[in-house]
Amino acid sequence: MIGAGLAALLSHWRRRPFQLLTLLLGLATATALWSAVQAINAEARVSYDRAAAALGPTRRDRIAAADGQPMDAALFVALRRASWPVTPVIEATIPTRAGPLRLIGIDPFTLPPQDVPQVAGAGFDAAFVTPPGQLIAAPATAERLAAADLPPLIAVEGAPPGVAYGDIPTVQRLAGLDGRHSYLTVTGPAPIGQRPLSEITPDLRIEPATDAAGGDLARLTDSFHLNLTAFGLLSFAVGLFIVRGAIGLAFEQRRPVFRTLRALGLSRRTLIGLLVGELAVFALIAGAAGIALGYGIAALLLPDVAATLRGLYGASVDGSLSLRPAWWLAGLGIAMLGTAVAAAGALWQLWRLPLLAPAQPRAWARGSAAALRWQLAAAGGLALVALAAGLLGGGLIGAFVLLGALLIAAALTLPAVLHAALALGARSARGAVAEWFWADTRQQVPGLALALMALLLALAANIGVGTMVSSFRLTFTGWLDQRLASELYVTAETEAQARALETWLVPRTDAVLPIWNVDATLYGLPGEVYGVADHPTYRDHWPLIAALPDVWDRVAAGDGVLINEQLARREDLWPGDRVRLPGWPDAPVAGVYSDYGNPLAQALLGLGRFDALYPEAPRLRFGLRVAPERAGALAAALIDEFGLPPGNMIDQAEIKAFSLSVFERTFTITGALNVLTLSVAGFAILTSLLTLSAMRLPQVAPVWALGLTRGRLARLELMRTALLAALTFLCALPVGLLLAWVLLAVINVEAFGWRLPMHLFPRDWAVLGLLSLAAAALAALGPARRIARMPPAQLLKVFADER
Amino acid sequence: MLHVTDLWKSYPGADGPVAILRGVSLELAAGATLALTGESGSGKSTLLHVIGGLDSADRGTVRLGEVELTALDDVGRARLRRGTVGVVFQQFNLIPSLDVARNLAFQARLAGAEDPAWTAVLADRLGLTAHLRKYPEELSGGQQQRVAIGRTLAVRPRLVLADEPTGNLDEDTGAAVLALMLDLVAETGAALLTVTHSERLAARMDRRLHLAHGQVSP
Repeated sequence: MIGAGLAALLSHWRRRPFQLLTLLLGLATATALWSAVQAINAEARVSYDRAAAALGPTRRDRIAAADGQPMDAALFVALRRASWPVTPVIEATIPTRAGPLRLIGIDPFTLPPQDVPQVAGAGFDAAFVTPPGQLIAAPATAERLAAADLPPLIAVEGAPPGVAYGDIPTVQRLAGLDGRHSYLTVTGPAPIGQRPLSEITPDLRIEPATDAAGGDLARLTDSFHLNLTAFGLLSFAVGLFIVRGAIGLAFEQRRPVFRTLRALGLSRRTLIGLLVGELAVFALIAGAAGIALGYGIAALLLPDVAATLRGLYGASVDGSLSLRPAWWLAGLGIAMLGTAVAAAGALWQLWRLPLLAPAQPRAWARGSAAALRWQLAAAGGLALVALAAGLLGGGLIGAFVLLGALLIAAALTLPAVLHAALALGARSARGAVAEWFWADTRQQVPGLALALMALLLALAANIGVGTMVSSFRLTFTGWLDQRLASELYVTAETEAQARALETWLVPRTDAVLPIWNVDATLYGLPGEVYGVADHPTYRDHWPLIAALPDVWDRVAAGDGVLINEQLARREDLWPGDRVRLPGWPDAPVAGVYSDYGNPLAQALLGLGRFDALYPEAPRLRFGLRVAPERAGALAAALIDEFGLPPGNMIDQAEIKAFSLSVFERTFTITGALNVLTLSVAGFAILTSLLTLSAMRLPQVAPVWALGLTRGRLARLELMRTALLAALTFLCALPVGLLLAWVLLAVINVEAFGWRLPMHLFPRDWAVLGLLSLAAAALAALGPARRIARMPPAQLLKVFADER
Repeated sequence: MLHVTDLWKSYPGADGPVAILRGVSLELAAGATLALTGESGSGKSTLLHVIGGLDSADRGTVRLGEVELTALDDVGRARLRRGTVGVVFQQFNLIPSLDVARNLAFQARLAGAEDPAWTAVLADRLGLTAHLRKYPEELSGGQQQRVAIGRTLAVRPRLVLADEPTGNLDEDTGAAVLALMLDLVAETGAALLTVTHSERLAARMDRRLHLAHGQVSP
C-alpha cells in the first residue's frame, strides 16, 4: 500500500519535472547562500582561535606595567635574577606598505616551545637572533608582506595569519620600542623561596591568564559576523519563498490524488508520512547541492571578507576555505529545517482536509479576504514587535529583531497593499480591456504573492544596504578629507632622527605637526592615546560630532581630551563627562570625534599633557603641511637627506586611496549577497510565472475567443508583471529606507560604535527600479511568448476540456 | 449570410493526420437557425470553431456576408470575433475577474459597440438585474449561461454560434435558457448555428444537419 501510494505521489513530479527543479533549485539556492555565510564565519572563527592559540602567552599569567604602558626591559632582568620564570613579549602593530602588521617579539631562549608550537616547530636558527633578524609568518601573510620594507620573512605553514614573529630586538627596532617590553609571561610555577613581585618593583602587576587576545578579536568581529549571518538569513528566507510556493502548488495540484488515496484506504497519518518522507529526500538532495554551491560562493567571497576583517579590525583570516563536517551537516540541517518551515502550512491543511473535500484543485493560493485579513493582523503584530524592539530592546540582537519583524511585516502587508492599489487602478480604468487588465491583475496577486514578497524583501534589502553603503561612502570620503589634513606623514627611525627631522623640516614646510601615540588599555579593551599639536589643521578640520565651547583651547591647555565616537558610545561618555585614561583617571571630555573604521577606543590629548603623562611614548611621527604639489619632492628630499626608507613616508593621497580600497572591499560581500538575493527573488518571480502560466490558460482563452489577439494578450501579460514589479518596488522603497535608518542609526552604532548621517540617493533607486522592472519583464517574457505563439488548437482545448 | 464551402480540417494523430472535416459545405441565411448534430468527436465543435474564426481550416472557404473569413489573418479574425460573430460556449467561459455587469458589456465594449440601454434590456430579459455586482463564481450554472448569452448578444452579432449551450444545465433550466436565447437572437435578427446532442434543442431550430465522418448530411 505504501509503495503504491508513494508511486502515485511521485508520479506528479515525473510529469512536472520543471516544478521539481524549481523546488530543488529554490531550496539549493537558499541553502547555498546561508551555507556560504556560515562557511565564511566558521573560517574566520577558526582563524581567531588559531591566533589566540598561537599567542600562547595569553594563556599564561602575565606581568605588566601597572599603568598599562610598555615596561622597561631592565625589569625582565631583575625578575629573572629573582628566579621568576618569565619570558618577555612585545606586541605591536606597525604600519607597512601592505597594511598594518601585528608584530610579536619573543625571546627564543626563555620561551617554552609549546607556547608558539607552529612557529617553534620551524626551529629558530642563528639568523633569527642576529641582526637584521628574521620574521616568521604564515605563507599568505609572508606573501602579502613581500613588498613591505621588513627583515627577511620566513614562511612557516601553520603560523597564525596576519602576525609576524621576530626576536625581541628585531621587533623593538621595528616598533620603536627600544629597551622596552610589552609584558612578561610567567612560563612556569614559582620556585620555592621566590621573592614576591612587590618587593622587586612596585610598578608591575600580575594579570591572571585569560583568553584575552582571542576574545578581543572575537568580540570586535562578532558584530560583523552577526551582520553577515543576518544577510544569510535574509537570503535564506527569500529562497524559502520559492520553496513554499513550489510545495504549495504541488499540494494544490495533488489534492485530487490525496483524496483518492484517502478514499482507497490510505490513512491520513500514512499519507502525511509519505509526503514528509518525499520532502525529506528532496531537502537532502537540494541541501547537498546547496552546500556545494555555498562552498563555491564562500571560496569566492572569502578573500574579500578576509581583507575587510584585516582593514576594519586588524583581524587576520586565512583566505582559503576548508570543508568542515560541522558546516556541511549544519547546511543539510538548515535545508531540512527550511523545507519543514516551508511545508508546514501545506501539511497542516492536508491534515485538516476532510475526506470528501472537493477534488478540483482550488485556484492556487487563492487569497480570500479572510486570508488577507489574517495576514494584515500578523503584520500588525510584527510591526508592534518591531516597535517594541526599537523602543525597548537594546543591543545588536534587539536591532536585528526590529529589522526582521519590520521586513516580515512589510512582506505580509504587500498583498493587501497591491490589492488596494489595483482596485484604485481599476476605478480609473476606461475601456473593456483596461478594466479586464486591472481586474485580472488583481486576481493574479494571490498566485504571485509569495514571489512578490520575496522581491519586496530583496529590493528593500538592496535599497537599505545600498543607502547605508552610499551614505557611509559619502560620509567616509568627507571624513577622510577632514581627518587626513596633512599632506605627508613621516615616521623617523629613532627619536634622535625625529628631532633632526623636525629641525630640518620646520623651514621647509608650512607646519610640522608631531603625532605621538601610545597603546593603552581603555576601559578594559585595547585602545590608543594620541598627543597632537595645537594647530589650525586640527581646529579647522577635525571631525567633531559633539564638543564643549572652546574645545581646542581646552585640549591645548591640557584641561580636556577628545575621545572617539566608539569610546563615547560604548562607555556613554560625552562632553562634560570624565574619562579614565592611564595616568589621568578623571580627564574631562571636551569633545567627541568621528573615527570610522577604527575598532579601537581612542583619546586625543594636547601635546603638553601627553608629554607629561607618557614620557616614554615613542616620538617618531609627524604630519607635514606643505603645498600638495610639493609633497612628492619633500618625500624624496627626506630620503636623500636622512636615508629614510620610503615606507616611513606616506602621503595623504596614498592613505586615502588605501582607506577607500579597504572601504570598498568591506562592502564587497554585502554587495555580492545583495545581488544574489535579488537574483533569487527574480528566480522566484520566474518560477511563479511559469507555473501560473499553465493555469492562466482558462482565464486568457475566453478573452482571446472574444476578440483579443494572442499578441496583445502577451503584451498585456508583460505589462501586468511589470506593473506588479513596479508596485512592489514602490512598496519596497519606504521599507528599504526604514531598513537603512535601522542599519545606520541602530545596527552600526551597536556593531561598530559609530552613527552615520543618512543620505538619500534617488538615482540609485531609479536604477534599481528599472532593474527590477527589467528582471520582472524578463521573467514574464517566456510565459508571454508562450501565449503569443500558442496554437489556437491549444487555446480551444479550454473550451473542450472539462475544467 | 454564412457560406461554408468545401471545408477541410485535420489534426495530427499518432499515425499521421486525422481528418476531422472532409469537404463540409453549408449555408445559413440571416435570421435563420440551424442545429448541427453528430456523435462525440464527429467534428461539430471543430466546424463551429473554424466558422467562428477561432481555428483555421486546411482548405475551403468560410464567407460571412462579403468577408471571406478563411483569408483573414490573426488580427482580422480577432476583429471579426469581437463584433460580427458571437460564440456561446458550453462552459460559459465568463471572465472570473469581472462582475456580471462588466462581463455582459465586455464583448460590446471590446468591439467599441457598447449600447448601455440594450445591455440593460438584456440584463432584464435574462433575469440578471439583481446579480449585476456578483462575480461568476457566485452564480448558478443557468445564471452563468444567461450571462454568456447576454454577453454575446450585447454586441448584436450577425452570427451567433452556440456550442452545446444547454449541455451543462439541467433539463428545465436548459429549456428556459434556450427559449430566452432563441427569442433574443430572433430580436437581433442574427443567424444562429448551434451544435447540440439534444433532440429537443435541435427540434426548435429551422433546420438541422448531421455531421458524420467529416461530412454533413440533412
